[in-house]
Amino acid sequence: MRLRTFWRETGAVFWTFGFPLALTLVLGVAFRDRPPDAVSIAVQSEALRAALSPSKDVRVEVLAEPAAREALRTGRISLFIQPGPPRTYLFDPTRPDSRLARALAENILDHAHAEAAEMRVTEPGARYVDFLVPGLIGSNIMSSGMWGVGYVIVELRNKRLIKRLVATPMKKTHFLASFVLMRLFFLVVELTILLSFGYFVFGVPIRGSLPLIAGLTLLGSLCFGGMGLLVASRAQNMPTINGLINLIIMPMFLGSGVFFSTSKFPPVVQPFLRVLPLTALNDALRAVMLQGAGISAVLPKAALLSGIAVVTFSIAVKVFRWR
Amino acid sequence: MSDAALAIRCRGLVHRYPARRGSPEVQAVNGLDLEVKVGECFGLLGPNGAGKTTTIEVLEGLLEPTGGEVEVLGRRWASDEPVLRELLGVSLQQTHLPDRVKVKEVVALFRSFFKRGKDPLEVLDLVSLRDKSESWYEGLSGGQMQRLAVACALVSDPELLFLDEPTTGLDPQSRRQLWDVIADFKARGRTVLLTTHYMDEAEKLCDRVAVVDHGKVIALGTPGQLIASLGGTEVIEISLSSSLPADFEASLRALPGVHAVRKEPDAFAITVEQLHATLPALLSLVATLQATVLRLSTHHATLEDVFVSLTGRALRE
Repeated sequence: MRLRTFWRETGAVFWTFGFPLALTLVLGVAFRDRPPDAVSIAVQSEALRAALSPSKDVRVEVLAEPAAREALRTGRISLFIQPGPPRTYLFDPTRPDSRLARALAENILDHAHAEAAEMRVTEPGARYVDFLVPGLIGSNIMSSGMWGVGYVIVELRNKRLIKRLVATPMKKTHFLASFVLMRLFFLVVELTILLSFGYFVFGVPIRGSLPLIAGLTLLGSLCFGGMGLLVASRAQNMPTINGLINLIIMPMFLGSGVFFSTSKFPPVVQPFLRVLPLTALNDALRAVMLQGAGISAVLPKAALLSGIAVVTFSIAVKVFRWR
Repeated sequence: MSDAALAIRCRGLVHRYPARRGSPEVQAVNGLDLEVKVGECFGLLGPNGAGKTTTIEVLEGLLEPTGGEVEVLGRRWASDEPVLRELLGVSLQQTHLPDRVKVKEVVALFRSFFKRGKDPLEVLDLVSLRDKSESWYEGLSGGQMQRLAVACALVSDPELLFLDEPTTGLDPQSRRQLWDVIADFKARGRTVLLTTHYMDEAEKLCDRVAVVDHGKVIALGTPGQLIASLGGTEVIEISLSSSLPADFEASLRALPGVHAVRKEPDAFAITVEQLHATLPALLSLVATLQATVLRLSTHHATLEDVFVSLTGRALRE
């Protein structure tokens, strides 16, 4: 076995391990389980203020009409109430906080005496950080696969090192296999770090089986490794490969549900988003981690990933430029 | 000369780089014949763009020739590639290794590709890099990097060593160190094919030299033979004040012992057999013309003079 193709790059270590960790930490803290923000409401009379102020969901102040309209326009308050009769709600229907404020205020004022029991539920598994961690694992596998294979190969080719290696009896399959092995090695490290970080720091649940998660990330790694190999198989210089990789990575970064759900996109593009490998990987990881899905539930996604891996690898090996 | 004693034989070698966007097809090698004997150090000499690198890469099996026959150590690339790879040592014109690898690791990595070979540290001794074996690649000087590249080529203890411009861009001391390495290798009966555009390098290292220009061999022989083909072994360069008679060049040719006269932009280069026979006559000619000598120098003829006389161009651009 001659697979000792270890290329040390200390700089890359941060981007592989440090960056996703920092991102999880920052986003996780930013979207931590803060109590929902109270909405700001201005009223014209002291009586209304008294009626609203017991509620923790609203912040009330008394303002005269011109000042209140100004505050509403600049977004400092979400709603202005004039006592009437009829009672008038001034709000901007295009602003979600404004509509929320109106509904809250109406609710409080109309049901002032019928106290209903409220129970607030924020459970692990439904928080933003729970959504985020599987997405980051997925996107991390994508970036490290594409950059770690694609970029590195083109760099080696650019430095004429591939040519130099071909001039030795080294088996070409060993060269390619060394990249796959490196990916797998890094995958284990990445996955361990991100999963345990999410689990111990944020309490992100791992409801499904760990081997299934490992299997999915393995397929994801092979899939993106194959794509990296394919884009690198002909490219000769660094700007080309940079452009190609970004071209492929960026749409998936935004469109595959790393930071927000793909359902935010209009229905027309949904079918396209669904066939993106990162969407498949993220959805499958979320299903297993958060909902405890079994192997049958993620089988189609796993099949998509393996399919892409097989196709990209076989094309890449055929067209690979060994110079 | 029997075929068995040939390390490299190539006949009518042609290589074309196909036309690409913005650049037309390039005929880099144009019917090149070459025979390198086992145990000799053979030099391909020529200016940049002459086709030296293309030729050596075809011989190394890295490029497929467009036409012609190539035999290396009596074998062909098409049928015997795995065997040949084990027998050759290759150093490319430029190879950059990753910055963060240690010298020792690089050599060990290359050693691992071959079935047989030398101990990596022993090879580092050969190129005087033993004390750098724990250094990072990025910390090496240009000369050390080049010696490391040669070490990687030597680690398999090859029968035949290809070196593509091994000393280009190196300082004189590094060049001399590399020359010693190559001379040692040759002294053990092994074959070296190197390309260079340094005349002194070819004269110092090579048993035989092929001068390559426009993808063809235009002269072949030992450095001594090539220099002798000039007819003279000494070169006088003389630069005179202007307003010389039109037949001045002819009068130079008529001087005793002159083999050739070449007009250069601001001087004449006169190839002669013996300085003492020609110089007095030259000076009295100058005196009768009442011209002023701006510069007068002589040197022993070199391959540079051979190249210029063959092509009318200077070797270094």
